[in-house]
Amino acid sequence: MSANPVSERTFVVDEPQGRAGLRQAIPAEWTKFWSVRSTAWSLFALIVATIGLGVLSTHALHSQPGGVPDPMRRIFVGFNLGQFAIGVLGVLFISAEYGTGQIRSTLSVMPRRPVVVAAKAIVMGAVGLVVGEVLAFVTFFVGDSMLAGTPSHVAFGSPGVLRVLIDSGLYLALLGLIGLGIATVLHNSAGSIATLAGAVLILTLLVSAMPKAIIDAVSRYLPANIGSTVFALRPPGRFQDVPVFSASVGLAVLALYAIILLGAGCYLMIRRDT
Amino acid sequence: MIEARGLSKRFGDVLAVDDLTFDVQAGLVTGFLGPNGSGKSTTMAMIMGLDHPNAGTVTIGGRRYHDLRWPLREVGGLLEARAIHPGRSARTHLASLAIYNDIPVSRVDFVLDQVGLSDVASKRVGKFSLGMGQRLGIAAALLGDPAVILLDEPVNGLDPEGIRWMRTLCKSLAAEGRTVFISSHLMAEMALTADQLVVIGKGRLIAEMSVADFVARSSTKSFLARVGSPDAFVGAVRAIGGDVVTNADGTMTVTGVDAVGIGDAALAARVAIYELSAQASLEDAFMELTGATVEYRGVA
Ligand SMILES: Nc1ncnc2c1ncn2[C@@H]1O[C@H](COP(=O)(O)OP(=O)(O)O)[C@@H](O)[C@H]1O
Ligand SMILES: [Mg+2]
Repeated sequence: MSANPVSERTFVVDEPQGRAGLRQAIPAEWTKFWSVRSTAWSLFALIVATIGLGVLSTHALHSQPGGVPDPMRRIFVGFNLGQFAIGVLGVLFISAEYGTGQIRSTLSVMPRRPVVVAAKAIVMGAVGLVVGEVLAFVTFFVGDSMLAGTPSHVAFGSPGVLRVLIDSGLYLALLGLIGLGIATVLHNSAGSIATLAGAVLILTLLVSAMPKAIIDAVSRYLPANIGSTVFALRPPGRFQDVPVFSASVGLAVLALYAIILLGAGCYLMIRRDT
Repeated sequence: MIEARGLSKRFGDVLAVDDLTFDVQAGLVTGFLGPNGSGKSTTMAMIMGLDHPNAGTVTIGGRRYHDLRWPLREVGGLLEARAIHPGRSARTHLASLAIYNDIPVSRVDFVLDQVGLSDVASKRVGKFSLGMGQRLGIAAALLGDPAVILLDEPVNGLDPEGIRWMRTLCKSLAAEGRTVFISSHLMAEMALTADQLVVIGKGRLIAEMSVADFVARSSTKSFLARVGSPDAFVGAVRAIGGDVVTNADGTMTVTGVDAVGIGDAALAARVAIYELSAQASLEDAFMELTGATVEYRGVA
């Protein structure tokens, strides 16, 4: 009475060579990135924060007859908020998958976790870099054009300007990756956004309330303080009387954060159930 | 062909899957039957490499899921809980999965048509009913034209017409030579759809047999016997129309006669009976399995 299998068909005839990897994962994650509304919303918030706040801030400079020592920092004031918007974009890129269960679909088509994380990081990094650089240049030209004819006006060719523009775009890209890294470790949207806000905004306030010795030792490692150097035309060795890294060392520190978080996230994804 | 060997999974104090060993053959619909909470979804998740077993292994065509080269072309899975971002359209969702495995995007519209979702292909998945979500999950499982198909409670949320469609689909997929493994907590549904059964309770294997055998055995009551001279006992019981199977541990499972008949036949044949106990019939097992959470007696 026992049932017998029908003759077996071979289903692997048209299987391509090799195996599924980054070459497939990157375009797939690219499709996923652009097909959810939160991407558009986060980018919109990012644009409003960076360009919008820059315009408001430089407009206020108009009535400053003597000019300010570093107008660049005023033009880029919106980047302090924008870093949070792009961080949230990075967070949601993976936390929304955990929140909705989508991650189980993703891992069933690509069981190798590091490939998924790497593809997401490449997409997030590329988008962050392009968007960041465009925003840096647009924010500068819009803001600076409003300062034309005032003592605060910055000539595009003056030393350090190009450095600030390029580094500011890079800064935003790295914040997107840090957001992605936090959520790869924590999985949860609310927890990851809170952690991001803590690292970017709250930690800075907290440390500034500490004894001087701690401030001097710690504050140069905080993303927001690294940002202050990145956005400044003449990066001081000290910022508001606190030792800080140079812009390029600061960016390297941020890159290290992103790598550590993404690496830890991969490790945990491999270890944990999904 | 799916092979589970000593598969175990613990969640804290709960042993969700307990030393489970079974095979799923190609060309048949194999039903994975057990009441809610018996460990079916956990087992499915382990087959697909989503949950890690605490012990044991499970392979598909001899390979672990993690080692499949093009997973979606080899295994199509429908997971129990909806595993889809609600913000994307059905088409975009499937396209992103297809791209991940180099599957031509033309397959997306093909499978959407196959599951009857062509009209809502551009609609956001969040707006789908439970049944539509289930059909989308099945479309994803079919996307890579895989040889192995795993569906966790596929008829959940489907209307009667959908259930019939599902049944026909599973049978035709198996008839094409594919391995079809579907879980359910409904025995009646499995009796109609499946050829072969893997029955579990509390994470443990209860029975692995054909549906036909399961149904045949479920209508008879059986006894477990331990006797002095087995050969004489078998002859005596068969002489009065009973059937005896010798178990691995030397005990005998007797069917087709009642306890009085067994005792009288043994006495007439001068065979000592050391133990004689009524076993729950498989029908009882059915009831227990399809009912709520109950303790299992040792059956089959
Ligand atoms: N992630 C989890 N954490 C803790 N317990 C779990 C988890 N997943 C399943 N369980 C438990 O494992 C047992 C088996 O669950 P499940 O595999 O979903 O059964 P079924 O699919 O047969 O209904 C249940 O007791 C359930 O509560
Ligand atoms: Mg289940």
